[in-house]
Amino acid sequence: MFLKVAILVLKKDLAIEARSREILYTTLFFAISCLLIFSVAFVKEGVPAEDAASGILWIALTFSGTLALGRTFERERYGETLRALLMAPASRPAIYVGKLLGMVLLMLATEAVLLPLVSFLFRAPLFARPLLLAALLVLGTVGFASVGTLFAAMLVRTRTRDVLLPILLYPITVPVIIAGVRGTSALVQAPPDEAVATLWIGLLTGFDVVFVTLALWTFEPLMTE
Amino acid sequence: MVRRIEVTVAAVMTAVFTSAATIAAQAQPAQEGFVPATGPISEQIPAAPLVVAAYAFFLLLMVFYLWTIWRRIGKVEADMRALERRQGASAGGQSR
Amino acid sequence: MRKLFLPLAAVAAAMFAYAPVGIAKVPYESTMLLVQKIFYFHFATWMAVTASVLVCGVASAIYLFKGTAAADHYAVASAELTTVFCTFGLVSGSLWGRKAWGVWWQWDARLTMAFMLEMVFLGYLLVRKYGGPGAEKLAAAMGIFGAATAPFIYKSVDWWRTVHPQTTVMKTLGDKFPAAWNLVWFCSAAFLVLFVVLLAARVQLEQLRAELDRAYLAAEE
Repeated sequence: MFLKVAILVLKKDLAIEARSREILYTTLFFAISCLLIFSVAFVKEGVPAEDAASGILWIALTFSGTLALGRTFERERYGETLRALLMAPASRPAIYVGKLLGMVLLMLATEAVLLPLVSFLFRAPLFARPLLLAALLVLGTVGFASVGTLFAAMLVRTRTRDVLLPILLYPITVPVIIAGVRGTSALVQAPPDEAVATLWIGLLTGFDVVFVTLALWTFEPLMTE
Repeated sequence: MVRRIEVTVAAVMTAVFTSAATIAAQAQPAQEGFVPATGPISEQIPAAPLVVAAYAFFLLLMVFYLWTIWRRIGKVEADMRALERRQGASAGGQSR
Repeated sequence: MRKLFLPLAAVAAAMFAYAPVGIAKVPYESTMLLVQKIFYFHFATWMAVTASVLVCGVASAIYLFKGTAAADHYAVASAELTTVFCTFGLVSGSLWGRKAWGVWWQWDARLTMAFMLEMVFLGYLLVRKYGGPGAEKLAAAMGIFGAATAPFIYKSVDWWRTVHPQTTVMKTLGDKFPAAWNLVWFCSAAFLVLFVVLLAARVQLEQLRAELDRAYLAAEE
């Protein structure tokens, strides 16, 4: 039942998104324009700074992810569908998981485009260990999105939600970003440091378990008036 | 009542800290005369101002924080008195 | 709480009266000499931060699930105290690091995460101030998540090789440098008593505010 509700919510979001693809495209192109801005800061005389690629990748993801979160819940607020969802006789944590899955899929789609671009533009051998990189990205995305979905949902009725979301989200997700960047840096080295990357993957798993559990636990009381 | 206590605490701590700090200050190593600069930069950074700054900052921070609490309690109490005055005026004005 | 306030304040005053004397008297540490003496308050303030974060996390959870007003008062009070003690921790650490490492700041794991902790609880205070009605619950979520990430701050030094002294320093301090060991735990105790005293004062402010709100509501009837 729980899973059914979550998948239903996910399908609803995907269906709405499939029609206009607004959030997907805007998130993607915002991430790419981040790359452009970073190139100004991190490229000296045409040569990108060493090891800048991993940081740039994760920061672009963080910024575009924050925007995507805001846009997704703005859409819910505008259509007043969030209230309808909460009134439905469905378990609240299941609704949260549905929205989380939608967010994770959106961010993974962004990463799929971003990775080759970053690798190409900033001369980083990101695909040296694709499985480990995939693990880092998936776990990092889940960590970021789990806290982000919760905070974006709880802020949806707040007047200052646009600026409060990053203020609240970034300090909490700094461990995830650090783990992501350090892990990616380890994989980009020559030769790739698999032990360090595995260590950070382990850390990310720990973060994810803690954050998702906390989010599931607190979603219900937070969304109740 | 709380404000008086806070003021007392802050005053006592300040007095005690200042006197104790003067005792501690006398234990500082003597100032060096003019010597040509050698070795890494860390040998040239005097430690005493840093230590003093750290403890002084602590004292100032505590005093400042207590003062903000005192100020806010004062505002709340002033609002309460204003409300009581308004209620007293309206109650006195009403015919019973 | 009220009955204990004066005696606790007296205890705190007495402990802080002795602390500078104790710090002046304790022998120098062999490599860092005078500047190491910042350690006694620096470590102690982080003990206060830990206590404060714990109180905030627990109080936030109680408020979120039970709706007890008193829990909310303790949550906001301890969040404020976390930022105060954390500020002192960062500043004292920076001053010490200036001499010991040659730089004012390093982006290693523990410093980064300590800074992050400060930002989390500043965010808590911001959301309470600007979050509109119902912001107490949002802040409570922040308090719970902030408290949950605090253990990672402690462990980060062990997992990530850094310039910051490892947690093993404290474990061997008792054997290698007993005078420092006793003093640092004395200072920590002093800070914890101070934390309780400040918490009581701050909670008193919240309770007065709640009383005022009730008075306003009653006046409208």
